[in-house]
Amino acid sequence: MHNFDYHRPSSLDDAVAALGKGEDASLVAGGMTLIPTMKQRLAAPSDLVDLGGIADLVGIKDDGDSVTIGAMTTHAAVAASSAVPPSLAALAGNIGDAQVRNRGTIGGSVANNDPTACYPSACLALGATIVTNAREIPADDFFTGMFETALEESEIIKAVRFPKPEAGNYQKFENPASRYALVGVFVAKTKDGVRVAVTGAGNDGVFRAGDIEQALSANFSPDAVDSSSIPVDSLNGDIHASAEYRQHLIGVMARRAVAAING
Amino acid sequence: MPNVSMTVNGKQVSQEVEGRTLLSAFLREKLDLTGTHIGCDTSQCGACVVHVDGKSVKSCTLLAVQADGASVTTIEGLAQGDDLHPMQAAFRDCHGLQCGFCTPGMVMSAVDLLQHNPDPSDREIREWLEGNICRCTGYHNIVKAVKQAAQSMKGQQAAAAE
Ligand SMILES: Cc1cc2nc3c(=O)[nH]c(=O)nc-3n(C[C@H](O)[C@H](O)[C@H](O)COP(=O)(O)OP(=O)(O)OC[C@H]3O[C@@H](n4cnc5c(N)ncnc54)[C@H](O)[C@@H]3O)c2cc1C
Ligand code: FES
Ligand code: FES
Repeated sequence: MHNFDYHRPSSLDDAVAALGKGEDASLVAGGMTLIPTMKQRLAAPSDLVDLGGIADLVGIKDDGDSVTIGAMTTHAAVAASSAVPPSLAALAGNIGDAQVRNRGTIGGSVANNDPTACYPSACLALGATIVTNAREIPADDFFTGMFETALEESEIIKAVRFPKPEAGNYQKFENPASRYALVGVFVAKTKDGVRVAVTGAGNDGVFRAGDIEQALSANFSPDAVDSSSIPVDSLNGDIHASAEYRQHLIGVMARRAVAAING
Repeated sequence: MPNVSMTVNGKQVSQEVEGRTLLSAFLREKLDLTGTHIGCDTSQCGACVVHVDGKSVKSCTLLAVQADGASVTTIEGLAQGDDLHPMQAAFRDCHGLQCGFCTPGMVMSAVDLLQHNPDPSDREIREWLEGNICRCTGYHNIVKAVKQAAQSMKGQQAAAAE
């Protein structure tokens, strides 16, 4: 790993300032993605700005119709919280392993937008809002491609706000080695209707499965799910699974999620 | 170079380190605490698990500077003098190790599990230890050891309460 200057600001303003000053500065949250990336020298920031010293970024607030999760809240804390929708707590509790969950944060996961990460699907399916130091960004506009988001340089995620759904469920077909999603599907019944988000499969990262949403809006049953209309060439094929297999798994995972919601 | 200060196994330590120094390297190379092993160095195997402020973490994926001010416990900090921690004793009794390479991380991870789930099922133990890879034992005896440790720690607590 190349060396860097380390900063640990205690306020968001100081963090923004430190980010702006470094030649090629990067934020670090839980470090579960960034530190391995730096070890491989795929990233070599001149400055690391650690968000770990900013107490305001940690915590879960129940706002009645919604719940706001601070960017530096760990997966373990979300998993253990009774304030967050159970579907979201279950998703967080199944990310990686216990030690990854003790360090990894929701802000880091959402900012990173790994095409196989779990949280982005929850954000899309539940219609979350990403709250930054500068603005509020609806999840539908936030995830713009593989590892790409609407965040500007020096923009910092403060929190993610999730409206509480009527019901929701996330099903992940795990890559047995990495535990990331080979395919993950989040199905939610929200006040704006049924929303279905797919992670792990799309060439451009997480996406909403419009045809499945429509079918489930008409008939919320596993039988209504058909993933065959999702174009295979929009899906990722690699050594772990072909695009055709991923297309098939989207249907299987969506049916399991609907069945779990219907009980 | 930044200075880091932390409490390691109850002792205050303070040293200058490079920003990029990993906690695992700091423990092993600066403090000579070589019980914390480095297996993969890629956040996968769990050989390097230690506790930071009471929570199990992979010390190969944490910078020493990120642990500034924290209280760190390594495998060397578990035993009380010659008395092994119940988890260590159970790993020995149940033959929960062969080569022993994964064992420090396994033990530290399992101790963290019992902190919030004092009576875990086999399944809960296996799920919790997903991030700890053992190439020797086949895991059965590790699960047995964690169960035995849970029982003996409950016994100790009951005895202490009397
Ligand atoms: C073994 C292993 C298994 C894993 N399995 C899964 C899994 O099953 N599912 C899953 O979803 N993930 C998984 N992960 C990833 C894990 O969830 C990470 O914690 C997460 O992707 C990144 O969060 P972090 O807090 O560690 O961020 P970091 O690694 O610190 O940062 C990641 C990126 O986000 C940026 N960033 C961080 N915080 C902010 C912020 N507040 N505002 C703006 N930018 C920010 C950083 O600059 C960096 O570019 C796994 C990781 C490992 C090591
Ligand atoms: S050495 Fe840290 S996880 Fe393998
Ligand atoms: S005992 Fe050898 S790796 Fe676990």
